[in-house]
Amino acid sequence: MAGLKLKGLKKSYGAVKVIHGVDLEIEQGEFIVFVGPSGCGKSTLLRMIAGLEDITGGTLEIDGMVVNDVPPSKRGIAMVFQSYALYPHMTVYDNMAFGMRIAGESREEIDRRVRSAASILQLEDYLDRLPKALSGGQRQRVAIGRAICRDPKVFLFDEPLSNLDAALRVATRIEIAKLNESMPDTTMIYVTHDQVEAMTLADRIVVLAGGYIEQVGPPMELYDRPQNLFVAQFIGSPAMNIIPATIEKAGPSAVVTLTGGVSVDTGIAVDDSEKGKTASFGVRPEDLDISTGDDFLFEGTVSIVEALGEVTLLYVHGLTGDDPIIAKVAGHQKNFRGETVRFTAEKSKLHLFDADGKTYRR
Amino acid sequence: MHPALQAVITIIVGVGGCVGYFYFSNQFLDRVLYPATGKNAGRNINRANQIRPWLFLFPALFALGLYLAYPVFATLWLSLTDRDQGGAFVGLANYQQMFREPKFWEAMSNNMLWLIVVPAMSTAIGLLAAQLTDRIKWGNIAKSLIFMPMAISFVGAAVIWKLVYDTRPANQEQIGVLNAVWLMFDGGFGSIVFLQIVPALLLAVFAAFLAWLVYQAVRPLVNAEIGHRKAPWWFTPLRLFFAIVAVWLIWLSLGSILSVFSARLPYGQPQTWLTMPFWNSFFLMAVLVWIQTGFAMVILSAAIRGIPEETIEAAVIDGANPFQIFFKIKVPQIMGTIVVVWTTITIVVLKVFDIVFAMTNGQWQTQVLANYMYDKLFRANDWGVGSASAMIIMLLVTPILAWNVYNARKETR
Repeated sequence: MAGLKLKGLKKSYGAVKVIHGVDLEIEQGEFIVFVGPSGCGKSTLLRMIAGLEDITGGTLEIDGMVVNDVPPSKRGIAMVFQSYALYPHMTVYDNMAFGMRIAGESREEIDRRVRSAASILQLEDYLDRLPKALSGGQRQRVAIGRAICRDPKVFLFDEPLSNLDAALRVATRIEIAKLNESMPDTTMIYVTHDQVEAMTLADRIVVLAGGYIEQVGPPMELYDRPQNLFVAQFIGSPAMNIIPATIEKAGPSAVVTLTGGVSVDTGIAVDDSEKGKTASFGVRPEDLDISTGDDFLFEGTVSIVEALGEVTLLYVHGLTGDDPIIAKVAGHQKNFRGETVRFTAEKSKLHLFDADGKTYRR
Repeated sequence: MHPALQAVITIIVGVGGCVGYFYFSNQFLDRVLYPATGKNAGRNINRANQIRPWLFLFPALFALGLYLAYPVFATLWLSLTDRDQGGAFVGLANYQQMFREPKFWEAMSNNMLWLIVVPAMSTAIGLLAAQLTDRIKWGNIAKSLIFMPMAISFVGAAVIWKLVYDTRPANQEQIGVLNAVWLMFDGGFGSIVFLQIVPALLLAVFAAFLAWLVYQAVRPLVNAEIGHRKAPWWFTPLRLFFAIVAVWLIWLSLGSILSVFSARLPYGQPQTWLTMPFWNSFFLMAVLVWIQTGFAMVILSAAIRGIPEETIEAAVIDGANPFQIFFKIKVPQIMGTIVVVWTTITIVVLKVFDIVFAMTNGQWQTQVLANYMYDKLFRANDWGVGSASAMIIMLLVTPILAWNVYNARKETR
């Protein structure tokens, strides 16, 4: 079983605590994505797994063995850096062969592995080029090739696509997905701040904030059933609309009053003891629909219309003070600017969070 | 008038004159010659802007022409004439005379020795210092200390080191550090450790390092790595030459290990270090190494800081140990800077004059070309041979200078 086990993993620089005890189990062959805002510790956590940062507390197991004090090269990992980190004075071939030469592999074995990695990544024609003669995408492929040559049990990616332009990012993302499919036994850990990469690549996403894990789960679970306010707002774009509310009526289908006075029957079960407490009501922009009838959730004045082609974003005022509520409605929409529009949403798509940001489970 | 007052007045007049030149010539150009007013304002501005660079460059061009370009040609001419014959043209006779003199060949071979030892030592020690002080808290203090000799003039440094090498009669207190240390050895156990075992070990390490270099140089010729880029044709002879020199040095160091143990050292007698032929050149070189190490360290330290951190981390993950990271990842990435530092120091070395002049004045077989030139020109009053040796120095410096400029420009690109 070549999985990873993080037990109470901690990191601090002097008195500054960066990672506050992370517990996580990763199965062999899983594709795990760490996401979070900048400074949340996701890169630090990855570098701790790689061995580039010392572990202050807790244990890290790879393949059932505690590797806290094992040097990076002996952990069975390979890492792809954001800036590619190719050796600028070595050819593509030498870049990929460097690790194996250090390890004293035989010449034939090195050649075989370099060529097979090069053929996977379509780099055969560039083997004798220097990195500076390659494009950004090719450089990143060389970096991935160098990682493949190490034949690792665990692949670590540190924001590998953020230096590429948009089109190349999509292409390389698909290549990484293919690579993952072709190596079903290899665990991959991928750090990004880009939700699209996280949602499309991951088997499970780990959302980090301020050095804590907020939620771990498959992408769709995070989207449909966020455990707390942070995850709810972090996953999805534009972010979930959050409206302050008070719990009017508890019970199997709680009724809340939004600021602005609108009452909503949420269909979410809330314990009687919670009655009268403040809460946060959430609904995703894409779950809001324009209603023509009298049965609506709330109404407001559209101040800005952003037509993106396949969808149109409406910024609605009149309910929550200055912050607009955003609605994402399908297709080209006639100009709603300045009009008062009524919105409705399916009951199952509504979210309710308590004063501490924890989700009221359905 | 008091000299200090004179100096102040000179500074004020000099600096004021420079500032005045730029200010008033610029004013003249913009107000009088091509005023930016009236009918032709646009044309005048364009013309003024075409003239302005030349206006500002003129003082530098003029001074360089007068003090640099003209003397080169004047020296070339002088080297072909004879003073005793009233400055008559004598062709290459001065050169022939110079090439017959053993002192010239002594200066030439000493210069070659300086040329190999000083840049190599300065760059190597500078690189080592730059690497070792890179990540430590008091690294900057150490760097300042190592850099400090750069602020001392060559003559000042020579005077300092002359004190280090100073000799007093055996019954007096030694003020020279080297002799003071030397007299502490009495042939006992400590002497064996520090004067025989430690030097022998150092020589052995040096020889082992050279052997490793030979292996690195020759290996690609015997058993080429797959996938390496094809090296240019001149790499093969260069590698062979390098290997032969290294083998020769290994032979010398092994021989030296033997002589370290067989030598009978004159314990208890103060040594006049600067009169020992062959070795005294190295005592002089130490002064220049002491000065130039700081320069090499500062430049190389900046280059090491510029190496992308990720490439080092990638090498760590690839399993490279600190030595492999240093030699295979860091050094190749700053090779361009190393070449620039090396060639810059080489040019300084070729021109070395002050140190030899102030410490031995070329006696006891320490003569170098620049001091030889000074001897001929100003002591023997033989402008012909003096100029001829100056031309030789220029001939040696020029190709290295061209290469240095080429590399420096490549670095900044």
